[in-house]
Order: sequence, then C-alpha cells, then structure tokens
Amino acid sequence: MKVSYQWLSEYVDLSDCTPQELAEKLTRSGVEVDAVESRNAGVSGCVIGYVKERSKHPDADRLNVCIVDAGQEQDLQIVCGAPNVDKGQKVIVALIGAKLPGGLNIKRSKLRGVESQGMICSAKELGLNDKLLAKDQQEGIMVLPEDAEIGMDAVSYLGLDDSILELGLTPNRSDCLSMLGVAYEVGAILGKEVLLPQIDLVESDEQNPLRVKIDASAECYQYHGRHFKNAKIASSPQWMKNRLMAAGVRPINNVVDVTNYVLLEYGQPLHAFDAGQVADRSIIVRLAQEGETLVTLDDQERKLDAQTLLITDPTKGLAIAGVMGGANSEITGETTEIILEAAWFTPKTVRRTARSLGMRTEGCVRWEKGVDQKRVQEAGERAASLIQKLSGATISKGIASAVEKEPQAAVVSVTLAKINQHLGTSMVASEVSPIFDRLQFPYETANDSWTVTVPTRRGDVTLPEDLVEEVARLYGYDNIPTSLPSGVTSQGFLTPEQQLRRTIRRHLIGVGLNEAISYALLHPDRVEDAAGLHQEQVKPVALLMPMSEERSVLRTSLIPSLLETIAYNKNRQNHDVGIFELGRVFLSTEETLTQLPEERLYVGGAVTGQWIPQNWMGAKQAVDFYQAKGIVDSLLARLGIQNVQYKAVSDLKGTHPGRTAEVWAQELRLGYVGQTHPGTEKAYDLNETYVFQLDVAKLVEAATGMGFYNKLPKFPAVTRDLALVVDRTVPAGALEATIREAAGELLESVTLFDVYTGERIALDKKSMAFALVLRNAERTLQDEEIQQVTNAVIEALKVNTGAELRM
Amino acid sequence: MQTRLQEMKDAALGQISQVTESAQLQELRVKYLGKKGELTELLRGMGSLSAEERPLVGQLVNEVREALESAFSGKQQQLEEAALNAKLTSQTVDVTLPGRPVPAGSMHPLSRIIEEIEDIFVGLGFEVAEGPEVEMDHFNFEMLNLPKDHPARDMQDTFYVTDEILLRTHTSPVQARTMLKKEGKTPVKIICPGKVFRRDDDDATHSHQFTQIEGLVIDKNIGMSDLKGILLTFARQMFGENQQVRLRPSFFPFTEPSAEVDLQCFNCGGHGCRVCKQTGWIEILGSGMVHPRVLEMAGYNPEEVSGFAFGMGVERIAMLKYGVEDIRHFYTNDVRFLRQFNRE
Repeated sequence: MKVSYQWLSEYVDLSDCTPQELAEKLTRSGVEVDAVESRNAGVSGCVIGYVKERSKHPDADRLNVCIVDAGQEQDLQIVCGAPNVDKGQKVIVALIGAKLPGGLNIKRSKLRGVESQGMICSAKELGLNDKLLAKDQQEGIMVLPEDAEIGMDAVSYLGLDDSILELGLTPNRSDCLSMLGVAYEVGAILGKEVLLPQIDLVESDEQNPLRVKIDASAECYQYHGRHFKNAKIASSPQWMKNRLMAAGVRPINNVVDVTNYVLLEYGQPLHAFDAGQVADRSIIVRLAQEGETLVTLDDQERKLDAQTLLITDPTKGLAIAGVMGGANSEITGETTEIILEAAWFTPKTVRRTARSLGMRTEGCVRWEKGVDQKRVQEAGERAASLIQKLSGATISKGIASAVEKEPQAAVVSVTLAKINQHLGTSMVASEVSPIFDRLQFPYETANDSWTVTVPTRRGDVTLPEDLVEEVARLYGYDNIPTSLPSGVTSQGFLTPEQQLRRTIRRHLIGVGLNEAISYALLHPDRVEDAAGLHQEQVKPVALLMPMSEERSVLRTSLIPSLLETIAYNKNRQNHDVGIFELGRVFLSTEETLTQLPEERLYVGGAVTGQWIPQNWMGAKQAVDFYQAKGIVDSLLARLGIQNVQYKAVSDLKGTHPGRTAEVWAQELRLGYVGQTHPGTEKAYDLNETYVFQLDVAKLVEAATGMGFYNKLPKFPAVTRDLALVVDRTVPAGALEATIREAAGELLESVTLFDVYTGERIALDKKSMAFALVLRNAERTLQDEEIQQVTNAVIEALKVNTGAELRM
Repeated sequence: MQTRLQEMKDAALGQISQVTESAQLQELRVKYLGKKGELTELLRGMGSLSAEERPLVGQLVNEVREALESAFSGKQQQLEEAALNAKLTSQTVDVTLPGRPVPAGSMHPLSRIIEEIEDIFVGLGFEVAEGPEVEMDHFNFEMLNLPKDHPARDMQDTFYVTDEILLRTHTSPVQARTMLKKEGKTPVKIICPGKVFRRDDDDATHSHQFTQIEGLVIDKNIGMSDLKGILLTFARQMFGENQQVRLRPSFFPFTEPSAEVDLQCFNCGGHGCRVCKQTGWIEILGSGMVHPRVLEMAGYNPEEVSGFAFGMGVERIAMLKYGVEDIRHFYTNDVRFLRQFNRE
C-alpha cells in the first residue's frame, strides 16, 4: 500500500510529524514502512505556461518555435521538438535555471540558430511514472487542462511536494489497505482525532429505478446500487489524478477514477456500470452456470464455472463479482446513465475465482483479505457524492439495497492480569484504558477487566491475546521489561546420536575433507545415477509443481549431489577436491505417497584429483580406492566400530565393478566405498572420482566408543615376517583372516607391508609380506612357542589359500 | 732421566697441539702412552735408579702421564666438537622451503553457525529437537493455526508432493510434533535446526532450499519479557557482550503477540552503515508468544501455560557474519569457498 503523506494529512493532523518520523512510528508499532520516497524526482523551477504562438523553425523541419506566457515579466521564446505542441495549450515550462530529474539543468541556448529561453516538458521529463500516465500523455509534451493557472509552480500543481510511505503490510493488517485504516492507526499512535471525509450529495426527485436481488446469499451478504443520470464522462481534475498516481493507480476517467479513489480511501472495491446496458435496470447477484461465458473489460472471453459469483441483469452477465467488470456494461465516453455498485462478497468466493481465472487486481487483494462490512454503504455514498461533483450527474432518489446478512462486531474480553502475565509487565488499569481509547475500540470496564466491542474494520482482533497485542504495541515493545524464564531449571543436552554426528563431521574435517551441503532436490535422471543404501525398490518422491525439472525429485542417495559438486568444481578449475556431506535421503515404495517417506541420514564423501598436491619434494599423490577406503577406515576406527569387513561388490549402480566394496560390521551393512563408474564419470564430465556412503543410523548402532584401555604389556613382543606367494586372485583379506585364525591369542597384530607382482615371480602369482607381532601378556615367549605358531600359520595359509613361503 | 722425561713431555705436548685428526691423535697416544710407548720404555729404566731417586722419578713419571692424558683427552674433545660442527653445518636445511603438505578440511559455514547456536541454547537448558523435512500439511500449516483457506498460506510458496504432503516451509512443524510428544508436560525448551524449502527462484538472495533454527519454550508463567531475556542472552553470546535487541510488532499466524527482532548491526555497532541501511539495526529473527490455538491443538491449556517461539534464518546470519554476498555459495560448494572456513 502506497500512502501519500499529503492525502493522509487530510484525515489526521500531521503538522508535528515529518514523513520520516511517521514512518519510524508506524514501523515501531506494527505497520512496517518499507520505504519513504519523495514524489519529486528532482524537479524545480518549472511553471505552468500558455502557448500563445507556434511557428515552424526556419531551419529545422521538426522543431517549433513557441511564444509562451509563463507568468514571467516577458513572454518566453522556446524551441520545442514535440510534434503535439500547439497554440492555445497549457503546458509545463522549465525556466532558465530549472532542474529536471536525471541532473538536467536548463540553460539559455540556441537551437539551430534560434534562441530558446527554456523547455516545454513531457511527463517523462518531469519524472512521472510512464505506466501511470494516460495514453495521450505518454508521448510528446504534457498538455494540461484549460483551467491550469499560468505561472503556478509545477511541483505543487502535480502534487510532487509529497512523500509516499510504502507499507509492507502483514496479512492480518488488511485494514491498512485503505487511507482511512491507516488514518485510524496513525491516530492511535499519535493520540489524535480522525477526521472522516465529508459526504454531501444531493438527490433529485426522480426515484431510483434500480431493483436489486441476491440469489447467492452465502457468497454475497449485501448489495447497494445508486443510480445516476446526466453524467459527463471526462478526465478527472488534477488533484484526483495526483492522488491516484501517488498511490500507483492510473487515472482513466472521472467515474472510474472515483471508484478507484474510494477503493483507496475506504478499502471498499466499487464498480460502475453503464446503466443503459443493464436490462430492466435490474441487478441479480447469482452463481454462474457451468460453462457460462463473459467478455471482461480486458476483452478476454472468460469461461466460468458454477462457483463463480456473477453480477447479472435478467438477460446476461455484467461482471464477475469482485474480480472484473464485463465489457458489455463498461463506462465509455458516451455513458450518461450510471449504476454504482457497493457490495460485500465473501473473501473465499473472490479469492477462488480470481485464482482460477489468474487475475489479481487491487480490488481482489482487498476482497481476499476482508472488506469492512459496516462501511460498504458509507463508501458507496462517498463515491456517489464524488461522482456527482466530478461529472455533474444527478442522483436518483434512494439506494436500491438487498441485505442478506448484517455484520456482527466481535466482543472480546481481557483482564489486566492476563495482559501483565502475557507480557511480563506490571501495567495498571489506567494505562490500559487510554490505549483502547486511542484505538477507538469501544469498551466497558470493571474490576481490572475490559469488554471490548471491536470495530468491524479490525477483523483481525478476535481473541483476548489479540487485545494483549494491541495493548503491547501501543504501550511500546521497548517498554516491556527483560527477564528469564522462572520455572524449573532444565538440563540442556545433545543426544548421543547428535553428538556422534558431530564426531563424524569433525573427524572427516580432520582427515582433510571439506564439508558440503547440497540441494535435496535433483533432476529425475540424476536420482538413479548412483546406488543408495536401501535394499527395497523405492520410487523417487517427485514434486507436484517443481520450479524446474533440474530440482524436481528428492534424492535417494547422496552420491549424485556429491558428483554434481565435483563437476561444478571441475568447471571452475578446482581439480583436487575432497568433500563430504551429512544429509538425508528420502525413501518411499509408494507410487503416490499416502504417508511420509522414510528419511535416513547418510554421510557421503567424494575425492578426486591429487590428495597430496604437487610440491617441491615431488611426491604428489593421486587419490585412489585406498585413499577413500583409508578415510572410511579411520572414521570407523574413530567411532570404535569393530570387526569391519570389506566385501568386493560388482553390481552397485554407478560404481566401478572391480573397485568397489561394501562395508560391513558383522551383520550390519554400513555402506559402500568405491570408484565412480567410468560411464557415470563421463556423464558428469568428471576425472577419476572415488566415493563412499554410510548410513549414520547403522554407524550409531555399531559404534562402541571408548571403553577400558588395554594394559600396557610387561613382556617383550617378537616379530616374524612371512613373505608369501599366492595366486593373484587371492584377496589380501583372506590371507589376513587365515593368519588371525591360525595364530590365535598370541597374535598381537598383523600388518601387510609389501605387495609385489613382477618378473621375479610367476605371472599369475603375487607376493605378499606380512609382519606378525606375537606376544604373551603373562611371560616372555619361548622359541618353541613362536615356531609352533609360525608353523601353524604357514600350514593354514597353504591349506586355505594355497600360499607358499617365498624362498 | 728427569731431563729426558721433561724433554719427552714437551715434545709430546707440542705434537698433540698440532694434531688435526682423530687417527693421528691415536697414533701419538700409542707412541707415548702405549704398552710399548716411550713412557713405558722410560719406566723400564727405573730399575737402574737409586732408592732415593726412585720415588722422585716415579712421581715425575705420573705427573707426565697425567699431563699427557689430559692433553690427549682435551684434544680428543676438541676434535670431536670440530667434527660435530662440521657435520651439523653439512646438515643445514633451507627452513624457508614449504613444509610437507597435510590435507586440511573445513566445516561448512552453515554447520558452524548451527553448532554455535546449538551450543548456546544447550547452555541455556534447551534440547535439540528434529523432525522430517518432508511433512504433512497438517503439521506444517494446520497445527500452526494456518487452516487451508488462510490468506497467509500461499500455495505458490510451497512444494507439494501430494495434497497432504509437502516439503516443510519452515521448522515450526517440529514445535507441534514436540508438544504432542510431550503430552501436555512442562517445561518444553527446544531448538530445532533444519532444512526448509520454498518455491523461490534461486538468485543472490533467494534459495529454494535454506536453513532455519526454531526455538520454543512452554511453561507456566512465561511472558514476553522472558522472550526478550532469552534472545538478549543469545544475542550477547553469539554477537558480543554489548549487543542490544529491539522488538517490533509483527504478524505470524502461530504467535500472538508477534515480534520481529532486530539486533544492533554487527558491522557498524549501531552507528549506521551500508549493511544495516543506515538504521543501526539488523532484522534477524521472527518471534512471539505462542498462539492460544496452537497450544490448544497441541494439547496444552492456554489458561494454564504460555510460551514463546522464535525462528531465524541460518543463511542470513552466515551472510552477515562472514560477509557472503550470494546465498547460492552455500549450496554450490565451490571448494575455494568452503576451504576458507577452516579456522576456529
């Protein structure tokens, strides 16, 4: 809502409050002012002039030389390039020394040899908004009505000496979608009286011929029609145009302008019909028939459904109630007889229809938020008086009315105790009553309690708490004291799972990964790009109305998001990237959801490029499977997850069949680690990339955390190295498991320290060297024991894996 | 004999002082003090001395031996030091060469802010509550006093999955879920951080996915002054000792009265600057007293208990705190952006 400061000051005395001060006060008491703007974009030194003579420029076809009376000592000679300038016009003249928006300074000049003592201005040059100008003012110079006073300052003529307060209204304060509503608010804040507009119309002796009938009482509560004759449709006077333009409304003609003016003043949408087009001078408010059509003012044929509320005459539709008038009964230059509608339609009806037709006018906005039912007729009368004043129409006697439902004012009670408890204040009754007085809320009070009859303009106030808020905001939020809750002290904490998540995050940061957060919504093609951790057949959850296909389906795996991130970075020449994300995936097996999808928290990571960047020691180190696995290993170790097994897996979507492993902790499948499938890498345009993804709930389940420490050994350990030759296909894990099994309790650790394939052994063989550390916690090991264990290990390796000692 | 001893001593000391290498020194030691060395040879001649002379010469021999040994060990030490110095000199490294690289990770700026806020409120006795990101319409809107035809509920803003299921548009449904779970018990003191979604076109200041932190306190005798107190405590811990909070009346369907909360601009300290548009204040939170209908729907009697709720945008705080000008940076994850958040 754009509020003209000048216009507002007609209803409330603003003499001791500048626009900026007013804006601050409104904002601090609940009606936020987004901006205060001067209507004057930089105009000074411009006056109204009269073009006495116009002649062609001797040396330029397109230029005119005008003699202008601008109320100066002498007439001015001004060269003007506008094709529409003519003798006898009232125009706006920028005098020598004038300033115009955009830093233009007017100087004495010569144009093709002819002296010009100023400039005749177009509306645009005066900084007026193009969109708000009548069509004939959008091009060429601005031609004013004949009654414009020569020599008058253009700034005051155009109402530019005004400020506009742009309100950012919250949905509850639709009462401030009208100048009067704002006036009541300002009156309450400043503690000043509100002056209502004068309604002084004169009725003729002729009876109002209009008949009104409501056939849709659930959608239309009241309808009032005024009837006018002998109207002269013309353009509105400048003061009216100025105010409409200040509010961002384009002036059209005196009758339409009045309906818009009263819309702004009262917040009551009105509509004027050409009465000559209304059959039988009879208005029937009814629901449309399914498929009924109406050509609206914008010349579009609208197909209506049975829930659309229509204003009709006995033969045809005239307007879509509250949304837009019909072209058939539009006010035109020839109209002399007018019907003015002032009615009340339910917000729901108008909202529904406006939505289904995709129309949203200033009127719709107000209907949707609720119009004051008690002021419908008053607003109609205000408009009637203005139409009479501006168009010279005669008003037929009486108002044709139909009223189906009388408005009810809400009665709400509140106690002082409630106010003080809710706010934490210690107000007394004599501080509260004046607040209701300032709001002009009638009340009865006894025993520190108020029973308030809430004016219908404030439909947002229905509960005691609403009254508490009214008191609070006028008392001043700043005056509410500061305290801390006084109840039982509560213990704040993070749950073990929340703490574990932090451990995961910190660990992965510690090993060198950057934490990423990506979009949960993906392209439908991308969702299936990489395996998740679910075993069931899921249907990706899709949005009904996505903003784009790119972001239309919820992810079921973190990997596609991570790969998108790697690709995004590659495009920006970031080739060495290590990232991880803690985020949810969304799993459902339903085609159409009837219940919420299951949300699982996963931790995923992706590494590509050089892990150790190139450096002067020359030892750069590219990421590989073992880098990714090492990260997972270290995380699982950090969480105290034991008996971890990596099982080669060749059929996980989006992963390399020979370089991927599932990660298990006994019976729990924690997740997987592996290389992205070269095909997927190509699809995302990636270099070699390794990923991992683990289910956080499973990590929580498997985590053992810190327990008792292991006592430090008192007896020495013995190390035995075994170099083994096995078939290349035998996995290291099988050898290690066999060693552990065969060595038994004396084995403290086993470490693979060398893997060799090459010319010194057979082509289908590899050599693997393990260091076994043996120790007895109770005593020093004997040579025979060591030999026994070693022999058992070698024997078991031979049986289980075919390994031979390398000679 | 005594003369010979004296001569030998002088000769030996002279030679020792000339020595530059350890091996040379060893040779000299053998020459003079070895089993077949000169001193030993001289001692053999002691037998020919008279009984009076013998102790005197013996003493002298010992003196010479001690002098030589002391000279030898002195020289030995000197040579070792020189050798060590030479070795150390040869081992000198260029300390200005870069150290061996150690990969350094970083925490996402949104996680940083969330953890920081969680820690502050945990310290104030709050628990951290969580809820689903895909929500029922019922919890996202209806339980928060936003019935289906409420004007503040704009369908255009919401990603729907079905008519009844949507991506939550705020973290407030966690309030409703938590209250239901508590079954009317007090106190309730929670904060709920989480992802939320709105139908916005992504640009420098809008993101279809963003992060909120919601807070809720329900107890007997909770007043708006308590809301002010909690927020002031939070603001001072998060943004500095001298922070001030300012409440302005506002509207949310689920609170009454409602307030926007401004903090003193942390860029200029309240003097007015570009960041705060010369006002000295920055809007950072929405808040208010929990609406009686919200309490009722969640099983609390508004005549017996009251409460307050507040919510803030994590991106907004991160943008202000770290001077980030484009909200998309948080979600595109350019590592040159992420790596900058590696300091405590």
